[in-house]
Amino acid sequence: MTSEQVGMEPIVTPGAEKPSRLVADHVHLAYEDHLVVDDLSIDIPTGKFTVIVGPNACGKSTLLRALARLLTPKSGSVLLDGEEIRRLPTRTVAQRLGILPQQPISPDGITVTDLVSRGRHPHQRWFRQWSKDDERAVEAALAATAISDLADRSVDELSGGQRQRVWIAMAIAQGTDIMLLDEPTTFLDLTHQIDVLDLLADLNKDNGRTVVCVLHDLNLACRYAHHLVAMKDGAIVARGTPAEVITQETVERVFDLDARIVEDPVSGTPLVVPIGRHHQPVAGTEPGSESDADTNAGTSAVNAS
Amino acid sequence: MTAAEVGIPSTRRSWRARWRDPHPRAIRVGPLSTRVDLRTLGVSGVLAAVVVIGLAWSVSVGDFPIPLRDVVGELTGLGGNRASSFIIQTLRLPRALTGLLIGAAFGISGQIFQRMVRNPLASPDILGVSSGAAVGAVLCIVAFAASSTMVTGGALVGAGLSVAAIYLLAIKKGLSSYRLVLIGIGITAMLNAVVAYLLTRAALYDAQRATVWLTGSLNGRGWEYVRPLTIVLGVLIPLSLVLARSLRSIELGDDTAQGLGVGIRRSKLALSLCGAGLAAVATAAAGPVAFVALVAPQIARRLVGDRAIGLVPAGLIGAAIVVFADVLARRLFSPTELPVGVITAVVGAPYLLWLLARSNRIGTGG
Repeated sequence: MTSEQVGMEPIVTPGAEKPSRLVADHVHLAYEDHLVVDDLSIDIPTGKFTVIVGPNACGKSTLLRALARLLTPKSGSVLLDGEEIRRLPTRTVAQRLGILPQQPISPDGITVTDLVSRGRHPHQRWFRQWSKDDERAVEAALAATAISDLADRSVDELSGGQRQRVWIAMAIAQGTDIMLLDEPTTFLDLTHQIDVLDLLADLNKDNGRTVVCVLHDLNLACRYAHHLVAMKDGAIVARGTPAEVITQETVERVFDLDARIVEDPVSGTPLVVPIGRHHQPVAGTEPGSESDADTNAGTSAVNAS
Repeated sequence: MTAAEVGIPSTRRSWRARWRDPHPRAIRVGPLSTRVDLRTLGVSGVLAAVVVIGLAWSVSVGDFPIPLRDVVGELTGLGGNRASSFIIQTLRLPRALTGLLIGAAFGISGQIFQRMVRNPLASPDILGVSSGAAVGAVLCIVAFAASSTMVTGGALVGAGLSVAAIYLLAIKKGLSSYRLVLIGIGITAMLNAVVAYLLTRAALYDAQRATVWLTGSLNGRGWEYVRPLTIVLGVLIPLSLVLARSLRSIELGDDTAQGLGVGIRRSKLALSLCGAGLAAVATAAAGPVAFVALVAPQIARRLVGDRAIGLVPAGLIGAAIVVFADVLARRLFSPTELPVGVITAVVGAPYLLWLLARSNRIGTGG
């Protein structure tokens, strides 16, 4: 530990029971000379499902890369369990924190089992290349993602949704408490988006894993996140529960989008209804008439049942 | 499907499926564990036998044929006579062994680069290692009429310099596949111009000697080549095998590999230096024997599949190619001997074209 860190208080999210294990402390992030994130601090709540949202090029993926030590901050630091992440051996980091990049490369002809088993790399050494633990972890990961029956298939032959499951299985096999995912649903149809997010929610709920995810779809983000982080121009605009973050004002400020916020009839979380130039909001969804929206939602739920 | 059913080779799997993905067997002794890919093991065994047969054949044939029985006797130290002993120990065996060693070095070097940058064109022939060595060697021949040991030294220095140049230009700022190949092509073009200039300035005899070197030849290679090659490869090959483990992560992309705990820069640098080093010593010893580094990994891939990193099969294939090509080079137009590089080029180039045509048709790269 360096002298600057002595006396640093452990950062605790208000309301969270456990201290944050992953913290960005006044980070400045840049590619070459292009500054993307300027002086940002965030602590990731332990054991929660955190989703980062924001418009394109707002720096959300850059922040995720920095949290995963794929990008070294120009100044400031990312701390994992209180230690500076770039000073920790990369193998040690890989045993605690997994990252699934946006577009990982699957080598030609690789089979599902082979790909998933490569997630065990941080636990292997030249003298311990395939322990009983490795085998169990891979089997459990295949089972958790319900791809056991695809085990011998070639990854090239799979559908987009199945392929994303394989990559998540690899991340599960890595056996980390913290899992970061960069837009895991981007190229999937709605069914498979829900499928992947349900899977991540399971991982969070059943194993208490800390999940951090960059997502594009605000409504899905609201549904699955315990903790929502809205970013714009490399800074955090709002963070908190989806209900706290997703207001008409925040959506306007973050996305430059005029929208109405109603209650999601299924989950009760905020639902963003964009307006656009060609439509006018109908009566009942005007701002300030939230009680109407609630009634509508209630009615439709009754009708549906 | 329960977890218990997964990973246990089911007897229902077709032979084709088993060949494609043979479910490597785990071997565990106490805390030690490894996985053995049976297909790689089997293929390597057969290849090793092919190399040994090639070696024996190479020692046996020549203007003074030696029966195989005497060859085996001499090599195993059980028999043989004085005359054949001299020919085997002084002339043919060191030459064949040099071929075996440089073939293995080229094969492994090619496999390292092709797997690391996921590009079948990324072989040391194209990356500029060979042309760097060529400038060093040709300069020694043309400008200093140097002895063959000096030529080897010059080639080594040239290869070293071009590796340094590639490192500064292509590897230091994060190694990307296209960058590496394009920079390699650029460096090769520049260095070939230097070689061409040197050849135009050379006396006829020197020019001929330089051309033979440039083609790649095992002519007159004795124990003075075998010993240093054995030592250098004895260090670089085990090092490559240890480093190659990270290739399984590196080929998933830089971010994924780093996420899995691979120090991506250091691993790539170490692998590049091993690969370049192998190619450099092999080129210094026998000249840039064409296509071996390019073709051997491609054959290896077709034989053992993609699961295994396949350094050992690629090395054995490289060794077999050079050993057999040298027998052909010596005997095809006997008593005139061809440089071994002529044969590897004549066989290798059509193979490369076939490979490209075939991968085009299937629509998969390389």
